[in-house]
Amino acid sequence: MKWIMKAKKERGAKLIVIDPKFSRTAAKADIYAQIRPGTDIAFLGGLIKYIIDNELYFKDYVVNYTDAPFIVVPEFKLPDDLDGVFSGFDPKTKKYDKSTWKFELDENGVPKKDPTLKHPRCVLRLLQRHFARYTPEKVSEITGIPKDKILEIYEIIASTGKPNRVMTECYAMGWTQHTTGVQNIRAMAIIQLLLGNIGMAGGGVNALRGESNVQGSTDHCILFHILPGYLPTPKATDVDLKTYIKNYTPITKEPKSLNWWKHRPKYIVSLLKAFYGNYAKPENEFCYQYLPKRDENKSYAWLNLFDAMYNGEIKGFFAWGQNPACSTANANKVREALAKLDWMVTVNLWDNETASFWKGPGMDPKKIKTEVFFLPCAASVEKEGSITNSGRLAQWRYKAVEPPGECKPDAEIMNELYKRIKALYEKEGGVFPEPILHLNWNYGDEKVDTTIIAKEINGYFTADKVVKGKKFSKGQQVPNFVYLQDDGSTACGNWLYSGSYPEEGNMMARRGKEDPTGLGLYPKWAWCWPLNRRILYNRASVDLYGKPWDPERPVIKWDASKKKWVGDVPDGPQPPLALGGVLPFIMKPLGVGVIFGKGRADGPFPTYYEPVESPLSKNPLYPKYKFNPLAKIFKAKPVDKLAIHDPRYPIVGTTYRVTEHWQTGVMTRHMDWLLELEPQIFVEMSKEFAQEKGIKSGDKVIVKSPRGELWAIAIVTERIKPLKVLGKTVHVVGLPWHFGWQWPKDGSGGDSANLLTPDVGDPNTTIPETKVFMVNIEKA
Amino acid sequence: MINLEILIIYKIFKLAFCSEFFKFIKRDYKLAKYYKNTFKNGGEKMKLTRRDFLKLSISSLVLSSFSLDLSSVKAYAKELRIKNAKEITTVCPYCSVGCSIIVYAKGGKVVATEGDPDSPINEGSLCPKGSSLYQLVNNPYRVLKPLYRAPYSDTWKEVSWDWALDRIAKLVKETRDKYFIHKDEKGRVVNRIEAIAHVGSAALDNEECYILQKLMRALGIVYIEHQARI
Amino acid sequence: MARKALLITPELCIGCRSCQVACKSWNQLPAEKTKNRGTHENPPDLSGSTYNKIHFIETTDAFGNLKWLFVSQRCRHCGDPACVQVCPVHALQQDKETGIVFYDKSICIGCRACSYACPFNIPRYDENGKISKCHMCIDRVKAGLEPACAKACPTGAIRFGDRDELIAQAKKEGFKYIYGEKERGGLGVIYALNEPPKVYQLVENPKVSEDVLALGELLRGLVKKGIPVDASIVRKFLGSKETLVRV
Repeated sequence: MKWIMKAKKERGAKLIVIDPKFSRTAAKADIYAQIRPGTDIAFLGGLIKYIIDNELYFKDYVVNYTDAPFIVVPEFKLPDDLDGVFSGFDPKTKKYDKSTWKFELDENGVPKKDPTLKHPRCVLRLLQRHFARYTPEKVSEITGIPKDKILEIYEIIASTGKPNRVMTECYAMGWTQHTTGVQNIRAMAIIQLLLGNIGMAGGGVNALRGESNVQGSTDHCILFHILPGYLPTPKATDVDLKTYIKNYTPITKEPKSLNWWKHRPKYIVSLLKAFYGNYAKPENEFCYQYLPKRDENKSYAWLNLFDAMYNGEIKGFFAWGQNPACSTANANKVREALAKLDWMVTVNLWDNETASFWKGPGMDPKKIKTEVFFLPCAASVEKEGSITNSGRLAQWRYKAVEPPGECKPDAEIMNELYKRIKALYEKEGGVFPEPILHLNWNYGDEKVDTTIIAKEINGYFTADKVVKGKKFSKGQQVPNFVYLQDDGSTACGNWLYSGSYPEEGNMMARRGKEDPTGLGLYPKWAWCWPLNRRILYNRASVDLYGKPWDPERPVIKWDASKKKWVGDVPDGPQPPLALGGVLPFIMKPLGVGVIFGKGRADGPFPTYYEPVESPLSKNPLYPKYKFNPLAKIFKAKPVDKLAIHDPRYPIVGTTYRVTEHWQTGVMTRHMDWLLELEPQIFVEMSKEFAQEKGIKSGDKVIVKSPRGELWAIAIVTERIKPLKVLGKTVHVVGLPWHFGWQWPKDGSGGDSANLLTPDVGDPNTTIPETKVFMVNIEKA
Repeated sequence: MINLEILIIYKIFKLAFCSEFFKFIKRDYKLAKYYKNTFKNGGEKMKLTRRDFLKLSISSLVLSSFSLDLSSVKAYAKELRIKNAKEITTVCPYCSVGCSIIVYAKGGKVVATEGDPDSPINEGSLCPKGSSLYQLVNNPYRVLKPLYRAPYSDTWKEVSWDWALDRIAKLVKETRDKYFIHKDEKGRVVNRIEAIAHVGSAALDNEECYILQKLMRALGIVYIEHQARI
Repeated sequence: MARKALLITPELCIGCRSCQVACKSWNQLPAEKTKNRGTHENPPDLSGSTYNKIHFIETTDAFGNLKWLFVSQRCRHCGDPACVQVCPVHALQQDKETGIVFYDKSICIGCRACSYACPFNIPRYDENGKISKCHMCIDRVKAGLEPACAKACPTGAIRFGDRDELIAQAKKEGFKYIYGEKERGGLGVIYALNEPPKVYQLVENPKVSEDVLALGELLRGLVKKGIPVDASIVRKFLGSKETLVRV
């Protein structure tokens, strides 16, 4: 909020807040709209329609830098034509055959384009037709926002389609935790592309990520589907390294596309070298077979993981710095699943609801076999290392004091575990011990030196090598990923971080305060991936000749006399597009911003579906498909229950956070100063609803869903109002999920709101829909 | 209502029997007279107005003035707690904005924390979570020793690191050896284990995230997930 | 050093309460055991361990728009501080340089005359009955640092600086009301507002009872005379606060 308030005060920026409750952010907004949870695509679809119908998009940008002019094959059909689904939908498998989701190609294999944007099958016109039914009246009926307010907001947002105006968009889990989570974000990405707000100073679609290093932990891919640097994890079908490289290295016929992922072979080979050192050789596919291959038809995502655990398929479990017993949708299912394990290792600063699940509410320890370990770890200021913020900025943290008691830094615990497992395999042998015995792991005997790891992540030469005319010797740090090789002469733990720790030293520890562009990029403060580039896709901020769209706030500009870019680190040193350069969206095979998202599981355009649990009996836009037909639904009995238009649960519930707490609250409920500010779980509700139920502010109430119930303190407020949806009154209530039974010790905090939420997931990511569910409320 | 005046008078009456008060009366009878009058008019509302007091002060009984006598008072400003402390910088462990914080340590203890004014991200300011960092390290609730809960037990017990780590290593190996899938049903080499799962953590440092997934993948684990998914 | 002040701008305040935590952290104040009372505001009141707090006000403006206001509550550091005038033992003082109203707990006899004198109902007492309130982090200010709350505030809703400059700045920024410019000899905590102070529930025309000041003089005289003023007796006098005030 610091910078938002500054922009408001100094530049007259307008702040628009759209949220199911009037938050503290809303209190500072120029316009606030209370939206029914889960109806964002209706709102954003209406906005896309408004922008296109009124021709308010940034035409030069859209024509040159996006796929808007590309022509789609005639076989492709919209939900408009097919009652709510795109062509290729198989109602039995609930999956799409995407063979019609493609562009018409010319004789060179490059998509056909209509720069006039008039062709009825060009992406822009299809988009316009797709959203034609999202009229302001309809949007108002669905979202509960008055039509006037909708148009007021549309007008302001669409006004940023001019070269010298820009909008930034900030979202958090309010958009992602839906069965349409990915399409919510896509809808805004499309809007920002139409308005030419990507790559610009002050533009973009910005995730306000929740954890101090969630960007870094994602980059290092503690996720089932990716290896460090967003390299796909191998599937059983990727039988060897050659096949893997073929399957995941895109090729393009567009001559002006840089197609950066063509370098994927260098990154995977360098990663395998970092994993297996001298054991990784060309003749053994660099130990590619040591990597586990996942079943290509199976998901190992979070909700699937706990479903498998509930079904008894998982025997051993590590919960490392996480509290899934409170953070997971349908938390009761997780709590019961933990009781089915043979063993569980938890690593944390404090005891928590996961570690102590066996003595939680409704549990009988005498019947629970799970062997549980709690390993106490060091806090952030008791160890040394880097973390990456939401803006991809990796910053180094130093150690201030020793950990208390016997607490150990996490890296030391990992080191100890590895050494002991390895020793056991050395001593006793065992199944396929090679990946363990051959692991390249030399981080210190007892104390771990994290700078050694940081250097491995950056990458180093494993042999003498000449690259780009420069001679490098074995053991030398790689300057950056441009120097990585696919022949085994470089090792690199994460190509994106290559450049963070070159020979010159630790770039992440830099504290330079110069700001030569005046845009607040501070290029010498810490280090930003990739290559210290502060604004991604910055080549989209200039015209075809390298002149900034907004000359007042140039991110980069082409210096014709010196034949180079000045400003931020450009997305490639190539000259501007019209001077023989490349297209701006270098990570995309076609080099342009993607409006027609054929990679998505549930359609190339965002489409409005009701949440799985909704107060309506039908989808007002596509009556045949009430909720996302591809939504992931779990059916473990008896814990997976849904309230699909169930009269027992007539109230829309949503969850959110307060700034005084963090995640499940383990790191804030144990902080007395923070607990003082927000001591107990609450449920916020309108005065009208409270009156109906005879509830007064401060009363203890019981909130119920089909999956669980909990008590909460009622906050009766003007800040949530009953909504008019399709002429009917819909009540909305909201709860935070920061609380848990285990702490405060006297139980005064309450329990997690995730006891109520459904474990239904987005078809692309399987993120659970914890932002909309149906509940009922009674006085306690 | 019991007149509060009566209470006061009662107190004065009590005071009258203490020797200091007698001395006081001897020194200045005017005040005593005043109190006496008040005592006589006990039923009346006590009218202690500023004017009355000022009248009294004229008698030289009340010597005070509004000017301060600083010599009698210790200066408030003590030596700053952070003076001579070791100063290191850290990044806030809560959300993902990446605010920089200065940690002051003395004698192996953190004595204070506050926003780092040099950081272009937060310029010294912090949210309430960041402002509370001091309490993260000076926290009475932290677990300080490894804990173990045996099957069917209803309590934690403290164990040594060596014991816990050896036991975990043994369980990992047993489970891995038992459930490892070298080839799937279709005969393809998959080298994975689905019976062990791992979650966490976005609260770890980059270097830890990297070696953690490296370790888990070396074991063949495919259920590797963390906060970013949810 | 010129007279210092805090400039509070509720329009910039986001109610995050970093100021409350930063204050507790710097001043090493314990947390209070609170409960949710149907509002986010907590602790419920200033106390011996809470020197500043944000008051949350839900209201509607003239156009019917919902407003959620956040107002920093704390000692106003009056230019003419009644608490200092009434304190019989000089535990409360006004720093000549900065105008900060600070105190020495080791001298405080816990008589509570100050709470009685304060027109803003500020002074509170710690578990030993000693005066506790915002002292504008005088230890930091004297060392050239800004108070912890102002340092922590992310939006500039609490600004610290030379009083004259802050007032000039607030006027330059076009605020319609500068609350505290003239009140009580000019406050050391000034509010820059665009709505009348009463909207923010600020005391209009803060007044100090002359009687109380006079009582302070009397008490001080007793102390001067070497008469041990029993705090409980003084408290009894002040227990009659209601009666006295209404005279």
